[in-house]
Amino acid sequence: MNELYSFIRDIVLPPLLEGTLVTLQLIVLSIPLGFILGILIAVGRVYGNKIISFFCTIYVLFFRGTPLLVQLFILYYGLPSVGIFFSPFVAAVLGFILCSSAYHSEYIRGAIQSIKSGQMMAAEALGMSRNQAILYVILPQALRRAIPGCSNEIIYLVKYSSLAFMVTCVELTGAGKIIASRYFEYTLVFAVVGAIYLLMVSVITKVLNTLEKKLEIPGIG
Amino acid sequence: MPKDETNEVVLKVEEIYKNYKGKEVLKGISFEVRKGEVKVIIGPSGTGKSTLLRCLNLLTVPDKGRVYLEGEEITHAKKNIHQFRQKIGMVFQDFNLFDHLTALGNVEIGLTRVKKMEREKAREKAQEELRRVGLEEQANLYPAQLSGGQKQRVSIARTLAMDPKVILFDEPTSALDPELIGEVLEVIKNLALQGMTMVLVTHEMGFARSVANEIIFMEEGKILESGPPAQLFSNPKYERTRQFLHKITELYGE
Repeated sequence: MNELYSFIRDIVLPPLLEGTLVTLQLIVLSIPLGFILGILIAVGRVYGNKIISFFCTIYVLFFRGTPLLVQLFILYYGLPSVGIFFSPFVAAVLGFILCSSAYHSEYIRGAIQSIKSGQMMAAEALGMSRNQAILYVILPQALRRAIPGCSNEIIYLVKYSSLAFMVTCVELTGAGKIIASRYFEYTLVFAVVGAIYLLMVSVITKVLNTLEKKLEIPGIG
Repeated sequence: MPKDETNEVVLKVEEIYKNYKGKEVLKGISFEVRKGEVKVIIGPSGTGKSTLLRCLNLLTVPDKGRVYLEGEEITHAKKNIHQFRQKIGMVFQDFNLFDHLTALGNVEIGLTRVKKMEREKAREKAQEELRRVGLEEQANLYPAQLSGGQKQRVSIARTLAMDPKVILFDEPTSALDPELIGEVLEVIKNLALQGMTMVLVTHEMGFARSVANEIIFMEEGKILESGPPAQLFSNPKYERTRQFLHKITELYGE
């Protein structure tokens, strides 16, 4: 028993924690940037002119319609052939931002479209420009309504960040894979890996729920 | 209320036409509103009254015709339209309060975001406008926590805060429970007494009679006739007007 404990503590955990640090960096960058890009895509789709709206639709179609892994491969292995090079970490973050923004945008678009048209009308009647109305009236309401959906996407992102390993960015799952094959201890190592993901997701869920409560307004949601 | 012919024209509407999907909704509407005047537009539903109001601040763009605010043409204003809209208040049938803001926030937002007023000044003014409609106590409640009548009064305060030259009311009491109508009409009546220039679409005939300088009877996208309430009620030119007034008075009471 003691042997197992020190094996975990001395051999398994150090590389896993290093991997966790990389995973955290991946998601700390991807979550907010993906969310913000998602807002822009959603607004572009609903309020943009024909060209912008069409571009946003194609964007969502592409990033939702192809496997994330394929997107990462294109970013990391494909783009160098046209002279664009990304480090594994940057390629992974870019891929996550692009992909999660497509999903976020759909949650946000749905929320925007659920806002009654009278809100925009009242804002414009008050003298707001369309952009002001979107910024000060539509989005504050729509984003609140989109929180549950977007939370879902954020939690997904924590887990699909493991795909970064496929473009040689050694994050938590990758670190687990390396240490597991070295000692041939798959069950043990991945149990620990799973526990760390569960911990991260629990914390993020807690944060998102608190945020949702904090932003709650009677009559919206 | 006596109509002073020498007062300047605030709003001038010239030959407004509007089509919706091939159906002519407005067929050449013209009228003008002088400072301090209250015009009430009545007519059967589906006659284009709401569309007409929305054409006045270009929420709906008319196909033909012109609208002038204090002598300046606002149709074809394009980019400047936001500046004109600040001066034309609008009160909607279903209130359209901003659901994410408190009563105070609703009144304030036009001041801070559109007029770029300092936050403190805006707050003061917003509180004052809420007091004017008798809702200073409800300042921190959200729309979902207000009754229909209170919501409509907040929306009137929101409009008043912008110091509009004219306020357009689109059936302001039609979505209200009967017992809440009075408080809203009371507020509007007070505005009339204070000399606010207003255009109202309403079915409240007793109210129309008491506040209007002129009643405009619209039917099928046209103004059939118009005149002072006394004349329209007692001696209308057309049988159709008489019929309508009779029916609506029976339905909604005096």
